[in-house]
Order: sequence, then C-alpha cells, then structure tokens
Amino acid sequence: MIDVGSVAAPGAPLARRNPVAKLAAALVFSFTLIATLDPVAPALALAVELAVLPLFGIRYRVLARRAWPLLASAGGILVTLVLFAADRSGPVLLDVGPLVVTSGVLLTALGLVLRLLAVALPGIIVFATTDPTDLADALVQNAKAPARFAIGALAAFRLVPLLEQEWQMISMARRARGVDAGRNPLSKLRLFASTAFALLVGAIRRGTRLAVAMDARGFDAGTPRTVARRQDFTRADALLIAGAAALAGAALTVSVLLGTFRPLTG
Amino acid sequence: MNHTDSNRWRTIDIVVASVIAVAFGVIFWAWGLVWSATEGAFTFFPPAQTLLYGVWLMPAVLGGLIIRKPGAALYCETVAAVVSALLGSQWAGTVIPQGIVQGLGAELAFAAFRYRSFRLPTALLAGALTGLSAALFDFFVWNGGYDLTSYRIPYALLTIVSATIIAGAGSWLLANALARTGALDRFPAARDRTLV
Amino acid sequence: MSAVVVRGFGWRHAGRRAWALRGVDLRVERGERVLLLGASGAGKSTLLAALAGLLPEDSGAQEGTVEIDGLDPRKAREQVGIVFQDPESQLVMARSGDDVAFGLENRGVPAGEIWPRVDEALHRVGFPYHRDRPTAALSGGEQQRLALAGALALRPTLLLLDEPTANLDPAGATLIRRAVADAVDADTTLILVEHRVAEALPLVDRVIVLEPGGGVRADGPPAAVFAAHGDALAAEGVWVPGRTVPPRHATAPAGEPLITAERLGLPPRLAETDLSVRAGEALAVLGPNGAGKSTLALLLGGLLRPGTGTATATPTLAGRDARTPPHRWRAPALARRIGSVFQDPEHQFVTGTVFDELALGPRRTGRPETTVRTTVDALLERLRLAKLAGANPYTLSGGEARRLSVATALATAPRLLICDEPTFGQDRRTWRELVDLFAELRDAGHGVVAVTHDPDFVAALADRTVTLEHR
Ligand SMILES: Nc1ncnc2c1ncn2[C@@H]1O[C@H](COP(=O)(O)OP(=O)(O)OP(=O)(O)O)[C@@H](O)[C@H]1O
Ligand SMILES: Nc1ncnc2c1ncn2[C@@H]1O[C@H](COP(=O)(O)OP(=O)(O)OP(=O)(O)O)[C@@H](O)[C@H]1O
Ligand SMILES: [Mg+2]
Ligand SMILES: [Mg+2]
Repeated sequence: MIDVGSVAAPGAPLARRNPVAKLAAALVFSFTLIATLDPVAPALALAVELAVLPLFGIRYRVLARRAWPLLASAGGILVTLVLFAADRSGPVLLDVGPLVVTSGVLLTALGLVLRLLAVALPGIIVFATTDPTDLADALVQNAKAPARFAIGALAAFRLVPLLEQEWQMISMARRARGVDAGRNPLSKLRLFASTAFALLVGAIRRGTRLAVAMDARGFDAGTPRTVARRQDFTRADALLIAGAAALAGAALTVSVLLGTFRPLTG
Repeated sequence: MNHTDSNRWRTIDIVVASVIAVAFGVIFWAWGLVWSATEGAFTFFPPAQTLLYGVWLMPAVLGGLIIRKPGAALYCETVAAVVSALLGSQWAGTVIPQGIVQGLGAELAFAAFRYRSFRLPTALLAGALTGLSAALFDFFVWNGGYDLTSYRIPYALLTIVSATIIAGAGSWLLANALARTGALDRFPAARDRTLV
Repeated sequence: MSAVVVRGFGWRHAGRRAWALRGVDLRVERGERVLLLGASGAGKSTLLAALAGLLPEDSGAQEGTVEIDGLDPRKAREQVGIVFQDPESQLVMARSGDDVAFGLENRGVPAGEIWPRVDEALHRVGFPYHRDRPTAALSGGEQQRLALAGALALRPTLLLLDEPTANLDPAGATLIRRAVADAVDADTTLILVEHRVAEALPLVDRVIVLEPGGGVRADGPPAAVFAAHGDALAAEGVWVPGRTVPPRHATAPAGEPLITAERLGLPPRLAETDLSVRAGEALAVLGPNGAGKSTLALLLGGLLRPGTGTATATPTLAGRDARTPPHRWRAPALARRIGSVFQDPEHQFVTGTVFDELALGPRRTGRPETTVRTTVDALLERLRLAKLAGANPYTLSGGEARRLSVATALATAPRLLICDEPTFGQDRRTWRELVDLFAELRDAGHGVVAVTHDPDFVAALADRTVTLEHR
C-alpha cells in the first residue's frame, strides 16, 4: 500500500513549519554532511536527527518502516567496500583468498554507512511530515515556483492512489476477456509488462481529460491567480534552516577538531 | 512536423508531463526496493548493479520525446524524484538534486538539436548524456570511498551504457508504443495517424 | 443579446472521416433552459465542448462559428461552467474544498472571498461533508455534486451539463436535479444533455434535437416539439415522454440454477449476500450508490476473490469445473462461461480498435476465424457500431462505448451474462436493441444478471429483482 500525505502527529512544532523551509533545511543539512567520509560527523548528525524526531511528531517505529530499505543498502555498502575499498591501510583483520579486510577498510565502511543514513534521514523526516498540497502551495508562494507547473504536478499526484485501483481493474478486465498467463513465468512477465503499459496509457488519457477539465475552470486563462490557502514564511522558518546549517556545521567542526575529518575530494 | 509551433507549455503538456513523472515516481519508489533487495545478488561484481540504473533515467528521455518542449526532460525527471520522495522513498531528499542533475543531461541532448529532432539517435544521445550526468554525480558524491580503477570507473561506464540502452532506446520504443495507442493524439509525437 | 449563437457549425475529430456534427444553426437567449437531445453519437457532447471552448485546434477540424455573448468561446470561458459526464476526471485537488476553490483561484477572485463562495457552492448542491473531505473518498454521486459545486462557484452565465445524473441512484439523481433547479436563476442560461427526457423536463423550457449526421431536427417548447414530431423522434431514438416500451418478460419458466452465492461478501465493500441465478431468467440487482452492487457483480463474475462465503457454479454452467470456485478458473474457461460488463466501459477495453475488441473474446476461447468474423459483424451491425469498426475504443461517445462493452461480453455468448449498468447513456433505439438482445439470450436459456438504476429496464426485462441495502 502506498501512503500519501503527512504521517506527523498533529501540532508537532517542527512539522508545522513551512514546507519549503523544511525542505531547504533538510537539503542544507544533508549536503553539508556529504563533504566528509569520516564516521564521526555523520554519527553526530544521526544523533541530532533522532533527537529532533519527536519535534516533527514522527514515532520511531514509523521512521524505521520508511527507512528499512536503507539498512539493506547499508549492508550492500559493507560488502562492496570489502571488495573495492580505495583505502587498504591499517592492520589486516581478515585474509581469506581475495578478501582482505583491514581496519582502514572497516573505518571507511563505517563512515559510508553512517553517512548514507545521516544524509537520507532528513529528507525522509521532512517528506513524511509534509502534505503534497501544502508543498505545492509553499513552492509557489515562498519559492517562486511557476504556479501552472506546481498545480499541474499536484493534480497529477492525485492520481497515485487511483493507479492502484486501476491496476486491479485492468487485471480483471483481461481475465474477464479470457487473457491470463497461466503458470508460464515468461507469459507472466509479458502479462505484467502489458498491464503496466495499459496503466501508463490509461494514466495519460486521464491526464489529457484532466487538462481539459482544468482549462474549463480557467486554469490557463492568463488571469493572475490568487491563492486560497496562504503559506507564510516566518522567522521561525528561517531559524529552522539556520539551525540545520549550524548543527551540520557543528558536526563537521567537531570532526575536524578531533582530526577524523576526511574530505570527499581527498 | 516534428516540433510544436510554440515553446509555451499548454495545460495538457504540463499535466501529461506530470502524469508521466508521477507514474515513474511510483516506479522509482518500487525500484528503490528492488535495488536494495538485489544488492546482495550483485556482490560478485557490484558495479553491474548499475545496469538497472537506466530505469531511473527514463522519465527524462521519455518526457523530452513526448512533450517536445524546452524543459520537459528536466521537469519530468525532477518531479519524478520529488514524487518518489513524497511516497516515502528511502533516498528521500537527496534524490531531488540528483534528479535535477540527471534531467539536465537529457535536456542538453534535446537542446543540442534545438528541440527539432526526436528520432532514435537523439534519444540515444539523451540517454547517454543523462547517464553521464548521473555517473558524474555518483562518482563524486556517493562513490568517494571506493577504488578508482576496479569500482568507480567501471561503475560510471556501466551507468552510461545502461542509460543509453534502457533510458535512451527504451524510452524511444515506449514513446512509439504509446503513440500507437492514440493516447498521445494531441501531441506532435502522434501526428501521423490514419482516418477511420 | 443572445447568450449563444451557433452558425453552420461543424466539427470533425482528428483521426475521423465523418463529422461528429455539421451544419448546426442555433440561437439561445440569455436565461433560457434548453434540453439538448439526439441519438447516441449525434454530437451532443461535442457541441457542449465547443460551447465551452474546449475543442483545441489541434484536435480536429472546424466549420462555421460559435459565439458566446459575441465572443469566441475560447475567450469567453469566464462565463461558462461545464460539468462533464465522468466526474472522476474533472476533480483536480485532493481535498473537496480546495477543488471548488481551484476555479476561483484561477479567475483571480480575491483571497478573502474564496472560502465564503466555496462554502456557499457546497451548500447549494447539498454536499454532506466538511470541505476537508478527501476527494478520493467520495462516491460517484458525491463526486458529481462536488463537480457541480465547482462549476457553480464560478457563477457562470452559461451552465452546460452533460448527463449529470448518469450512474446515480434515483435519490441521488433527484438531489442533483434539485440542486440545478435551485442554482440557475433568471440570468443563467442552462444547456442540459440528458437521454431521460421525462426526468429532465421540469428543468427546461425548450428542447433542441440534433439530427445524426448534421443539422437540427426539431427546436421549440417541449410540448410543441413532442406533439409535432413525437412519433418520428421516438423512432429515431429520442425518449419521448409517455411512450412506453413493450416489456419482454420470460415466456418459459426459469431452468436449473447456474450459480449460487451463499453469504457472499467482501467487507467493507459488500455485506454478506445470498442469491442464485437460473438459466433462462433475467435477474436485476438494485440498490443505492455504494451498496456494493458492482462488487457483487465482480464476485459473481469470478473476477474477485470473495472475502466471506462462496460463489458456486453448478455443473450446468461449468461441468466438471463446478467443484472449483469461479475465481480460480483459468481465464479462457471463465470467458467461455461467464461474460462480465464493467460499470465503467473504459475499464474493459484491452485492444486498439473496436473490431479487435469484439474479436478478442471469441479468439481467446478458440473459435475459428470465420465464426469470429460473422459474430463480430453481426454485433457491429445490430448495435450500430459498424462505421466505427476501425476506431479506437477510447474515442467513442459515452453511449457508443457502453454498447461496445456490452457487445464484447455478448461476443462469446456465455451461458451467464453479468452486466453492470448496461443501459446508461443509451438512446431509446439502442436501449430497445439491448433489451431485445438480452431477452433473446435469456429465452435461449442463458442467465442474465443486470445491475441497474434504470427502472424502465427493470420493468421491461427483469423476471426477478434483488435489492442490496446500504451497508
Ligand atoms: N475524442 C474523439 N476522437 C474521435 N472521435 C470522437 C471523439 N469523441 C467523440 N467522437 C465521435 O464523434 C461522434 C459524436 O460524439 P459525441 O460524444 O459528441 O456524441 P453524443 O451525442 O454525446 O453521444 P452519446 O449520447 O453516446 O454520449 C461519435 O461518433 C464519436 O465516436
Ligand atoms: N477497489 C475498491 N477498493 C476499496 N473500496 C472500494 C473499491 N471499489 C469500491 N469500493 C467501495 O465499496 C463500496 C461499494 O462499492 P460498489 O462500487 O460495489 O457500489 P455500487 O453499489 O456498485 O455503487 P454505484 O451504484 O455507485 O455503482 C463503496 O463504498 C465504494 O467506495
Ligand atoms: Mg455524450
Ligand atoms: Mg456500481
């Protein structure tokens, strides 16, 4: 099941911030951290992220559900690094055939895994607490995004839950007409592909009709649009971005002071 | 006639581009799970996993081929990235800048032909360039800690190959198949139909 | 000054040889309420789209002119509100109130006025929920009401409604009609397309009948038009009030059961239901919107896995397969025995042309190609689709698409036929043709199940009815 919309507890102080501010804060935070390959800065950042989670009104269980594929990726990184790490310094911990694991390799792996988590979590938190309509409104009102494009994308986004039902209808229609795959995996794959294709065709047709309906209500009339739902960018929103930058900067600074900092371009 | 008369986006251009982006946003979200799940299977030679990469780059080329307006490739890839983030993709916010970079690659190819050619070679070039931009992004941002010759370079090259085949040729085939269904009748991509 | 002036207007959809309509001359004065009639495919929807300025130049060829208050319709959109037949694809936003506000924002209505106008419009159509209600959680009838509110909020001087009550239960249809009656004031021009004339007449003071192929067949006050042309119009497919259709009830008693449902249900969509369908009988399934009729049809059709209870086919229907439930049968076996017609015809189309669509079923169930051809040609002829054999199913008019979807199920001549709203949007002539087709099948020993809101259809065909209650 695909969930759309916000999962934040109502009234969580940071979840209520302007969506553009939240997005900017997440990007600032993540991209500051990308600059380093060491484990210390991301570890500090992760601690910060987990600490502010209650302020966004997300329960740790919800976060875990959204983030579990990341853990799988983290495992992948570990394996890959054992085989392909650039830095093979330090004492050898394990040596079996082609597998040579040194403490340098492990340190790099730890750094990369923590970095992956620390960089991805802010985005997960922000998107989990943001309603698509609010995001589109804020992009138009506070980030000067072109209204026609933001609203058009929003209208298309409304089709997401419908796509799931549509998939079911297409499959039933085929079955009713005598089309099925039986047990043959190849024809199963073919049926899957043709159902997916039919879904895309249906979505485009629906989009075409939706565009006509939008024009019928003056979408493309050239009159300057007004806004029914105001999104304000307040001082608190600016503070959120500044706070994100400061905390990420602090994590890097600590890492530099401890001498663990490893710049990305090094 | 290969291009529409004006570069202004009609409502239908915006909505259908968005629909394509949204559909691929959902696919990305699912593909992210496949990617994580197959990580183990590719341990024998992890860069080979990038062969799956092309799927992530399809909306850029497909959007450009169908909409045929400046910005279409960039818009589709970016919106698809935002949508997958809204749906709860594990990569979330980081895919947005990545999407913009990838979209720019394909956009460059269409711009090089001044938005007048949408044939197979153009599609392949768009696929290759979006692959190149994706490869550059990953080369610097994600793959810093890996060995240069045994990992980073093959990874980048395979990304480009995958993008050219899947995103380039694949999108071209898909756009043609879509045009044959009549769903694109209001787009220049489907102007040669027979009367009934 | 006239609200609408149409001079020699014609439109040919891109990809078509034939004109959808041609040579139409009309004047409609401000404040008139017009019922637009015509056989299915006569071009009613196309004309409404033209009046609303929604026929883009790149989608066809135009003849003649259309003016709204002296302006090109593409420039006069401010004054026009339109509600299409399919409400689902005209809702834009995720929340109901936002959707009504969408048009107001586009028109540049000052922010302070928007919400009062939204609330007023929602109130006028009797929308039962708060404006935060997600549009995805609305039933078809509620969506229709919301779409109407979206059009009314713009305070159009010309309101265009295309079959606004198709697919609604009688109570819902009455609500919509009342909302329309309340909403149009002396300054609003109304043009309404509706096949069911009797229900629409209280709303209108003038009737215009389009001639299939071109021109206007009749025009004037309803009483005068029907008095002068009643017989001819009825023969051409118009539902002239007061002219009943002879019923076609079963001549022989029903035969053996074909399928039996015991406690069949799918919570929360359908509560547990018991029923059985016999060979040689026509069973009508009635009930309000959202009662679960379509769900029941899909369960009986072997397309959904039941949540509770069972659907059991008898050996008469399925031979040795009767031991397994229909939803586990292989698709070709299913298509041979049970034909399903979906509520939304477009959900059913699988191929690219009308001909292939009809041929698909017979081919999949292993008929020889010559039989396929004769079956398909006969159906095309009978349901007046022959000229459209090469057309894409998705470009058909509402009524044509419905007929095609019914025909696809008839093509395999299954022993059990399950149809969801088979008659909506049909003109009188094709309606009778459909009743006759079903009656012939029934009299030949097939079982027919029809989910329907159409009381005339029940009166004409049904031997038995089952009514589902609202859950
Ligand atoms: N998008 C389209 N592309 C091609 N042909 C079309 C399209 N829409 C309608 N037509 C054709 O134009 C003709 C008129 O269609 P229209 O929808 O206006 O009929 P209608 O009078 O509204 O019929 P109905 O009562 O069945 O809804 C039909 O023959 C139909 O097949
Ligand atoms: N695919 C679905 N997933 C979840 N709920 C559904 C689905 N389809 C229908 N429903 C819900 O199940 C209930 C019964 O739906 P169904 O379509 O069977 O009603 P119906 O009696 O056919 O109504 P109508 O007369 O409007 O066609 C409704 O509340 C509907 O919103
Ligand atoms: Mg119509
Ligand atoms: Mg139904």
